[in-house]
Parts: sequence; structure tokens; C-alpha cells
Amino acid sequence: MVVPIACYLVLAAVLFSIGIAAFLIRRNIITIFMSIELMLNAVNLTFVAFAHMWHQLSGQIFVFFVMVVAAAEAAVGLAIIIALFRVRQTLNVDQVDLLKN
Amino acid sequence: MNTSLLWLIPTLPFAGFLINGTIGRKLPRALVATIALLFTAAPAFIVAQLWIFMKSAGAPLALTVTSRPWIAVTGFQVNFAFAVDHLTLIMLGVVTGVGFLIHIYSVGYMAHEEGYWRFFAFLNLFMFFMLVLVLASSFLLLFVGWEGVGLASYLLIGFYFTRDSAANAGKKAFIVNRIGDFGFLLAMFLLVAHFGTLNFSGIFSRISATSLSGGFLTAIALLLVLGAAGKSAQIPLYIWLPDAMEGPTPVSALIHAATMVTAGIYMVARCHVLFDHSPFALTVVACIGAATALMAATIGMVQNDIKRVLAYSTVSQLGYMFMACGIGAYSAGIFHLMTHAFFKALLFLAAGSVIHALSGEQDMRHMGGLWRKIPITFWTMTAAVFAISGIWPFSGFFSKDEILYQTFISPSPLAKLLWLVGLLTAGLTAFYMFRLWFKTFFGESRSNENAHEEHLAAVHAGKSSTLTLEAEPDSAHAHGVHESPLVMTIPLILLAILSIIGGWVGIPAALGGHNEFAHFLDPVFANAAAPAVEAASHGLEITLAAVSLLTAVLGIFFAWLFYYRKPGTAAELARKFQPVYSLLDHKYWVDEIYGRFIITPLLGFSRIILSGLVDAGIVQGTGAGLAATTRGGGWLVRRIQSGNIRSYAGWLAVGAAAVIAIVLFGHNALPH
Repeated sequence: MVVPIACYLVLAAVLFSIGIAAFLIRRNIITIFMSIELMLNAVNLTFVAFAHMWHQLSGQIFVFFVMVVAAAEAAVGLAIIIALFRVRQTLNVDQVDLLKN
Repeated sequence: MNTSLLWLIPTLPFAGFLINGTIGRKLPRALVATIALLFTAAPAFIVAQLWIFMKSAGAPLALTVTSRPWIAVTGFQVNFAFAVDHLTLIMLGVVTGVGFLIHIYSVGYMAHEEGYWRFFAFLNLFMFFMLVLVLASSFLLLFVGWEGVGLASYLLIGFYFTRDSAANAGKKAFIVNRIGDFGFLLAMFLLVAHFGTLNFSGIFSRISATSLSGGFLTAIALLLVLGAAGKSAQIPLYIWLPDAMEGPTPVSALIHAATMVTAGIYMVARCHVLFDHSPFALTVVACIGAATALMAATIGMVQNDIKRVLAYSTVSQLGYMFMACGIGAYSAGIFHLMTHAFFKALLFLAAGSVIHALSGEQDMRHMGGLWRKIPITFWTMTAAVFAISGIWPFSGFFSKDEILYQTFISPSPLAKLLWLVGLLTAGLTAFYMFRLWFKTFFGESRSNENAHEEHLAAVHAGKSSTLTLEAEPDSAHAHGVHESPLVMTIPLILLAILSIIGGWVGIPAALGGHNEFAHFLDPVFANAAAPAVEAASHGLEITLAAVSLLTAVLGIFFAWLFYYRKPGTAAELARKFQPVYSLLDHKYWVDEIYGRFIITPLLGFSRIILSGLVDAGIVQGTGAGLAATTRGGGWLVRRIQSGNIRSYAGWLAVGAAAVIAIVLFGHNALPH
């Protein structure tokens, strides 16, 4: 049975929208971080779907790159969050506006 | 004769200026003076060589030297070019000779002044520009020298720049001269437009080739007259010269008596071809000259500052020269220019010596009885006073008589009137010069001893705090009135000799001479519309000379009567003719009239329109408006930078949505 490409894309769009909504609405920085991962994976899904459809490897290779970068980003991002928490004792992004003014 | 030596004549003083102007501050005074003198003596030496060459060559002298193009555009070219003819040679002799003597004198006169190096640097700068002016063979290069001497004059008038009056006098001289320069510039533009060149030879040969007269030639000539009136202190632009006396006395002698102020006369004489083609302009020149001569002489009669008397006398004598040029007797004008350079430089230097002797006193009311105390100054000044009054056989007699005679026999309808004005001026000149002579050297000493002592004390106090050297001259100062040092009296003596014999080169045929001076200039003024000298009888010339001599003696007699015999008479007359005296004392209120009718409206216009509307409104408004727009825009856009991560993310999302929307639907809406 062949799943049509549209299903993959709709699923990816739904996941991406959830990611964006969470990113915009949530204040906890760890949640925001997770929503970024969600968006990345939604994009990965479209890549893989198109790669399968066109029988092209480049889309799948791109996914590996995205995953590697996401892992690196997670490492750096979590380190920043820990450092931030040590300084500000909070994970609420609305209170992190040191650069303002 | 190596003509490239001509380049050296002006550049040497310029080198002196550069040396003294840059490192002079650190050099000892003796070295500064040596440099200045050396770089002034060398051009004088070269000029002497020129004279010798001219004598040996015999033929009319015409040396030229030309550089590569200075300004070259299609159809118009100017080079740095110098030309020497007989007229230039006389001017060169006067400028370098008198200039060198005054440099020597300055070494003594300025010995105790601050800014010694500055003074000599400016003096050398002046020599440079003056020599460029007389050597120039085109209007443009002449204008370079013309502006340059104005600059040097400004710098030297304002030499004591900490004194307000000196700074203001400098500005006044500069601004009044700007009015004249405006005329000169317009004249040059017209010349370029009509002849396509600014070279003297090119323009004058084309003018003399045509039979044109009047019209645009008159316009050019009148504009040049405006320039000459500014530089040579003629009506209506003479007002700067009396104020220029704020400068040190050697400057007054060199720039404001002997050389720079004669530049206007030189220029008119140089352009005689142009003026000969415009009888109207010539008449204007003659009338301006006569009016200035008389007016300045009347003002000079009532001045009390010794230098101001001399300043008005300079204006008056320049008027004489103008008058001579105006009736076409250019060589007579140049002759008077030369003798005037001798005796007026001497008068100023001697007056400086008097002022020096009295430790800075310039008011003649506080002088008197000086002739025994400063004999060399007295005798040299006496020679100058006799010369300017036109007493035979002093130099002034011959040059002044030449002018009066030429005026009398000139075909101009105004000739007799001009002659009468000239004669009257001669009488007035003799009167006020002898007034100065009697008041300064004879009678009771009226020096205010207390003020004098105080002044001395101040001078000494100032000296001990500022100067460490010069212990020796102080002992001379301590004796009060004292004769000047040798370095000052030697130039006085040399100039006195020149003032006596300087006129003998132009003894007219009627008095047994050959009028060599006029014949010397014949090659330059050959085609000038000079009155036919030979036509008039010698008897007339001798009669006129006798009449002018008599007038001068009459002036002397009145001066003797008023200021020596019965010293109270003058004050009594002043009381009796209060309105006239007041009018003269206030210099015909000219400064006040100019102030009321020209300067005040101009100032008002500048304040309200230019400063208020244009500057504050438009110029500053534009800047302020731009700044306000930027600041307002910044204030608006700054709100986006909230520092809130979620708001950034929101903008990012909106932006992404917008990009997607444009990509998906935009290409339908956009025109292809």
C-alpha cells in the first residue's frame, strides 16, 4: 500500500504548526527548546517524504545533517540554559531581557 | 644679462618669509634680522644689476621671462611671466631700495617688541608680493601680487593684535580693499570676455590697433579705477588708510606710504593705453584725485596724532598722483610716486624716531622743543618736510611742479580748475606739514612728565618680565628723550639725501634741466596722450613754479604764525570757526556716514535675512529637520527591539508567513 505524499506533508505541517505555536506561546525555555526540535523533525519528515517520492538520496542525506546540527544545538543550548539558570534562577524567557535598552 | 635672475627677485624675500615664518620663533633676534635683511638686500642687488644692464644696453629695455602654462584652457592661457620695462625698473628700484632701508630701520625700531620674527616674516612676505605685483606681465599675476600685498598689509596693521583697535583697523583695511578688488575682478572678467587674454602686451596692442574708444573700454577702465581707489586710498575708499596707522611705524612707512598704496597709481600708469582710449575714465581719475588731494589735506590740518597727519598727507599726495594720471601725465605721476616714496618714508621713519624717543607718545600736543634733543631726527625730518611742501630744490618741488604744470596746460576742460585745486592743496600741504614740524620740534616741551614716567615704568616692568637680554638700552631709556640708535638714523640720513636730490633727475627744461625722468619713461608712455610739453613756453612754466612756490611759502608762513609766533592763534580760530573745525576734526563725518548708510543697513540685512532667515532658517533648519526625522524614525523602529525572545520569534514567524504568501500568491499580483 502506498501512502500518498500529501499525508506526509499534512502530518509535517501539523507538527510544524504545533512547534511554532508552542514556541510562541510557552514561556518555559526548555519547552521552547523542545518545540524547536519538533519543528526540525517536521521538516525532516518532508525531506524524507520527498526523497522517497523522487528516489533521490540527497534529501535523506540532508536529514542526517539536520540531525547532527540539532544534536550539536541541543548540547550548546542546554549548556546555555544551565548557565542562564545559574545566573537568573528562572527558566521564564520573558524575564530574560538583559539586552533590552 | 641672464633673464632667469628675474625669478629670483621676488622669490628671495619669499624664502626669507618661509625661514622666519617657520623656524624664526626659535632663532635669536640677530639671526632673524640678518635673514630678513639678506633676503631683501639680494633683490636690491639684482635690481642694481638691471640698472647697470639697462645703461649699457642703451635701447629701450624689455626683458621678459615666462614659465610653462599656469592656467591653460581652450582659447585662454596664463603663464607665470615677468616683464621688465622702464616703468617696472623704477618701481623695482623704489620697492627694493626703500624697502631695504626700512628693513634696516626696523631692526632698531622693533628691537624691544614681542613677535620680532613674525614682524620680519610678514615684512618679507610683503616684499615678495609687491615685487610680483610690479614685475607681473599679466593682469592675473598683477592681481596675485595685489591681493598678496593686501594680505601682508592686513597682517601688519594687526601686528599688535591684542589691541582691539589694531585688529579692527586690519579688518577695515581688508574689507574696504575687497570692494576695490571686486572692481578689479570684474574688469578682468570683461577683459577675458573681450580679448581672450590677460597679458598686458596682448591686450594693449589690440586696443591701440583699434580706434575704439568709450563703451566697454570705459567700463573696464572705471572698474580698474575702483580697484585702484581701494588700494591707493582714494575717494570713496580712502577711509582705511588713516586707521592703518595702528600698525608699527616702519610698516606705515613701507606699506602705507612708500610702496603698496602706490600700486593703484602704478596700475593706472601700466594700463595707460586702456585709459587713453577712454577720456571719460581719465576725467573721473583726475576728479577723484583732485577731490581726494584737497579733502585729505583739509583733514590733515587739524589732526593731532603725528602719524595721522602723515596718513592724511599720504592720501592727499596719492590724490596728486591720481590727478597726474587723470590728465595723461603718467610720467609726472610716477615721478611724484618716486619722490613721495623717498620723503614720505622718511617722514614716517622720522616720526617713528620721535615716537621712539618719547617712548610711545604720538600726540603732537605732548611734544615740542625736541629739536635739540634728537638732532639727527630733526634735520632729516626737516629735509622731508621741505621736500613734501615743495620747496626748491628739494625733490618734492620738481615732481609737484611737473604735475601742476602738466595739469595747467592739459587740453581737458577742467584743467584750470584741477590746477587750482592742486595749488590750494600744495599750500595746505605746506601748512600742515610745517604745523607738524613746529609743534613737534619747537616751542616749549609739552610732554606730560608724569604720564611719561609712568609709561616708562610700565615699559620697564613689562620688559623685565618678558625680556631677559637687552640690559644696555635700558640705561638710554632712563634718560627720557633720547636719539635713536645708529641702525635707525642711518636709513634716515640716506632717505634724507634721496629726498633732497631725488628730484634732480627730473628738472624741467625751463629750469635748466633735461627732464631726464620723463624721457626715461618715454618708451613706456610713448603713445600716451600726454600734453605737448614743447608747445608751451618756458616762461609759463617758470611762472607756474613761482606761483606754487609762493603758495607753499604762504602755507609755511601761516603755520609759523599759528604754531610758533603766537601758539594760541590756532585754538582761537578753531573756536571762532567752530562748525568748520568740527567738520574737519571729524573728518567730514565720512566714517559716520558710511556707518549709518552703508554698514548699518548691510548689517541689518545680514542679521535678519542672511543670518536669521537663510542661516538659522534654511541652512540650520535643514540639518535640524534631518536630525529630527532620523530621531523620530529611530524612536518608532526601536520598539521592535523589545529584548523579548518570543516577540522576536513572532516577528520571525510573521516574516516567514509573509515570504511564503508572496512566493505562493505574489507572482500573480506583481506585474511582469
